[in-house]
Amino acid sequence: MKYFPHTQQDIEQMLQVAGLKSLDDLFAEIPAELQFNREFALPEAMSEVEVRRFFEALGKKNSNLICFAGAGVEDHYAPSIINPIISRGEFLTAYTPYQPEISQGTLQYIFEYQSMITQLTGMDVTNASMYDGCTATAEAMMMCVAAAKKRNKVLLSSTVNPKIKRVVETYAKFNGIVVDVISEKDGVTDLQELTEKLQAGDVAGVILAQPNFYGIVEDYTGVADACHANKALMVMNANPSTLAVLKTPGEWGADIACGDGQSLGIPMSYGGPYVGYLACSNALVRKLPGRIVGYTNDVDGKRAFVLTLQAREQHIRREKANSNICSNQSLMALYVTIYMSLMGEKGLKEVNELSYSGAHYLAEQLVATGKCTMAFDKPFLNEFAVKTNVCAAKIQAALLEKGILGGVRIADDMLLFCVTEQRTKAQIDTLVDVIKNI
Amino acid sequence: MSKIIDGLFYAESHEYVKIEGEYGYVGITDYAQHELGNVVYVDMPEVDDEVTAGEDFGAVESVKAASDLISPVSGVVVEVNEALNDSPELVNADPYENWIIKVQLSDASETENLMDAAAYKEFIKE
Amino acid sequence: MIRNYDKLIFEISKEGRTGYSLPKNELSQYSLAALPQALQRSSAPELPEVTEFDVVRHYTNLSNKNFGVDTGFYPLGSCTMKYNPRINEEICSLPSFTGLHPEQPAECAQGALEVYYNLAASLAEISGLSAFTLNPYAGAHGELTGLMIMRSYHIQRGDLKRTKVIVPDSAHGTNPASAAVCGLQIVEVKSTANGTVDVEDLKPLLDDTVAGIMMTNPNTLGIFETEIPEISHLVHECGGLLYYDGANLNALLGKCRPGDMGFDIMHINLHKTFSTPHGGGGPGDGPVGVRAGLENLLPNPQVKKNSEGKFYIDTDDASLGSVSSFLGNFGVAMRAYTYILTLGRENVKMVGPLAVLNANYVKESLKNEYYLPIEGVCKHEFVFDGLADKSTGVTTLDIAKRLLDYGYHAPTIYFPLLFHQSIMIEPTETESKETLDEFIAVMKLVAKEAIENPEIVKSAPHTTPVRRLDETTAARFPKVTYKQMKG
Repeated sequence: MKYFPHTQQDIEQMLQVAGLKSLDDLFAEIPAELQFNREFALPEAMSEVEVRRFFEALGKKNSNLICFAGAGVEDHYAPSIINPIISRGEFLTAYTPYQPEISQGTLQYIFEYQSMITQLTGMDVTNASMYDGCTATAEAMMMCVAAAKKRNKVLLSSTVNPKIKRVVETYAKFNGIVVDVISEKDGVTDLQELTEKLQAGDVAGVILAQPNFYGIVEDYTGVADACHANKALMVMNANPSTLAVLKTPGEWGADIACGDGQSLGIPMSYGGPYVGYLACSNALVRKLPGRIVGYTNDVDGKRAFVLTLQAREQHIRREKANSNICSNQSLMALYVTIYMSLMGEKGLKEVNELSYSGAHYLAEQLVATGKCTMAFDKPFLNEFAVKTNVCAAKIQAALLEKGILGGVRIADDMLLFCVTEQRTKAQIDTLVDVIKNI
Repeated sequence: MSKIIDGLFYAESHEYVKIEGEYGYVGITDYAQHELGNVVYVDMPEVDDEVTAGEDFGAVESVKAASDLISPVSGVVVEVNEALNDSPELVNADPYENWIIKVQLSDASETENLMDAAAYKEFIKE
Repeated sequence: MIRNYDKLIFEISKEGRTGYSLPKNELSQYSLAALPQALQRSSAPELPEVTEFDVVRHYTNLSNKNFGVDTGFYPLGSCTMKYNPRINEEICSLPSFTGLHPEQPAECAQGALEVYYNLAASLAEISGLSAFTLNPYAGAHGELTGLMIMRSYHIQRGDLKRTKVIVPDSAHGTNPASAAVCGLQIVEVKSTANGTVDVEDLKPLLDDTVAGIMMTNPNTLGIFETEIPEISHLVHECGGLLYYDGANLNALLGKCRPGDMGFDIMHINLHKTFSTPHGGGGPGDGPVGVRAGLENLLPNPQVKKNSEGKFYIDTDDASLGSVSSFLGNFGVAMRAYTYILTLGRENVKMVGPLAVLNANYVKESLKNEYYLPIEGVCKHEFVFDGLADKSTGVTTLDIAKRLLDYGYHAPTIYFPLLFHQSIMIEPTETESKETLDEFIAVMKLVAKEAIENPEIVKSAPHTTPVRRLDETTAARFPKVTYKQMKG
């Protein structure tokens, strides 16, 4: 076996040093009835040639489709140099930077990640990343309750992606947090209901989305003031790619920003791995869960980076820690850091321009087919919902036949379309033709 | 040798309380700050919060440790030592001068459950 | 010299440079400028302006200041730093998988669902449980999911008073932290002198408020909990469930299965036992398994197979809810499945024995120089309590730092908390006798230095890209972004 270096002679010599006669002696104390004595019901070892053949065959059972689906995961351009860099063994095969003297590579890119995420979100600080956007939002909710001390209710806008809602509600249920959903009106959060519920004075935080689940860029004017007047924190789940052009959570006055970094060029990979981000105001930094990297110097005065504020974390605070998260999604944080470096402010803006143009063209063309109408008359960026006067499932099926992953069905007569910089006018025209001909 | 001041009351969890009239100043002892090492942050309650004898009201953090602050007395927090927000190292410099919270005592007799300087000196020797 | 590279990406930025290329906008008549001004950001984010080549050099230089399993021996206890085969990376990068949108209909993602289903089934076979979910993203996340299953089990039986979970005093901090996030109270059970759960201390803790117990086996000292049948019996008798923290599963691979020991719920760290890369701290993967009868409590969505052999995605009303956006870190699952197929049934069973052999070999070779508090055969790892010679003033931290000078990653230090100077060593099965011999020689050399020239150990490291850091200032006045650093 190519992964095991032990020769028979090695085994014998090592056993001798350990004062044992056989490998079985290493497990002698395990009660006989607990010892596993049969063969595993697993396939026999495959050679590399066979492994490749096996997965290539499996891959053929998947369809590679032209993607117009979004709903939290978008088909963005992935620059060619990212994979070679993150595949370097020094990054790929390192663990959490516990020994900063030989982990400056990891520590510095996390510091750069933190610097860039705060720039995009307009927040003061961020941690070293979270698992994904859903769990980052759940952690944001727990931060609100921890900061409020004696309040355990959060308000959640119904325009937040249902996938996020599901995870937030699951965490809340077990953590003893009450989640009260704010209704939506014409595709946006009912701000009047929000303000009224805040006035009860028992709300720890409010969770909103930008752009929201329907792709609408919501106007949150006055929300931060309403939250703060009632001692509640404002949490904004935002798509980080769009923050290159949209008013930032910081500018809206949010206390916490969170979301999924997948839109920063991470391949869709059937749902993961992605990376969650969680950023906040300076005032909340001690409530921020997870790893945080800070700047410092070594004994010779040389600049260096190090895990900091560790006394908040589970390995020290145990059951009193802010969260049980141990590590971060480090390699994916490196991925988006390289992406943001390459794209810069201009590249990200161009990504948004291209997506905006494609999405608005598609929207116009879909309406022109007579089979769709805009579900909401609200500003959007790269994603929008249409009402269909034929069955949405039928549209999806017709598109699939042409190798197109059509919109995500969010109701029997409603589809959500997303257009990124990867889509061409020709692809959009093909999609529209299919729908026209239904 | 840890500094211990006569006239203060001490808890087994290494907090002290200095009584002045109806108020008590609560901090950590010299022994405690020494054990913790460089203090990097003091997590304090807010004014008007209630504290209860034997229950925690915050924490003192060093780089790789954190210690809960257990209140030796009950009452209402009337002041927190804001200086510690910017200069947590003051706790290391002089923990008795740099108390953490000032409490309006609800039950002055609670000090009877605490150690005096001599008893605390014995206690930390063990 | 390359190790002295010390620029931040922001510091090599120059206005006007770009590192990307995008297609021309064919539809530029639809312009973002039309978006209401009030919804647009007022100033551009300050991101670097660098060329593609700048980026390649910058991050390549940063990588040179890092240490990974590929660089050298990484005996970090409890972390199972084994070789990460590159075929795993190649397979998980196949475009026929990376191009899949998670909302893609199941009939267009049968290959991916088959990977999920078959990996889950393989893990069930290896661990002796009934079913696995691959949705949790990491060990701690799996642990939280597992505890949610435990609580859901009691709640759905209408047994609402079971809100306590028993955790050994030797447990890692994550165990109590996960329990707290899950809304459970923690009760500690004491360890005996040899580090195993004290059954006599456990007995009085078991009542009708106990939801279950969390254990690793072998435990955090690398000792097999031989009383596990008795513990299992006692906990089940009182109505609780047994949770297995899979942190130390590598020791038992092929020898003993958590399901057979009586555990009801467990998580596996694919980044430990199944060779997926640690990635500098993630992405990990924390699949959770359950015994028969608890399957429907697993998180949604769930992957199932119908009578025609087609895979589909299902949601179960009895489920605890959802802990992830979709089906977890799918790309990591691809790697682990590749590893299992490469090992095959004949080699999976050798992982535990060879890992345990390596640990015992290192332990026996060093126990004169380092203090071994618990004698006897260990499993995949063991703990020294500092140097045997306590007179030198050289601490565990000093030893760890000195090892960096000699080209090794340090072992896990100051954990478990049962000893003051813990040094926890885990040499995995992919390390050769020669590598271990060199490490043993260096450990002996450091022990000798501690006696003959303690200063050089106390001031180590000397040859690393940076030396010991001022962590106090970093924590007192945190500067966590470039903007804050510039002041």
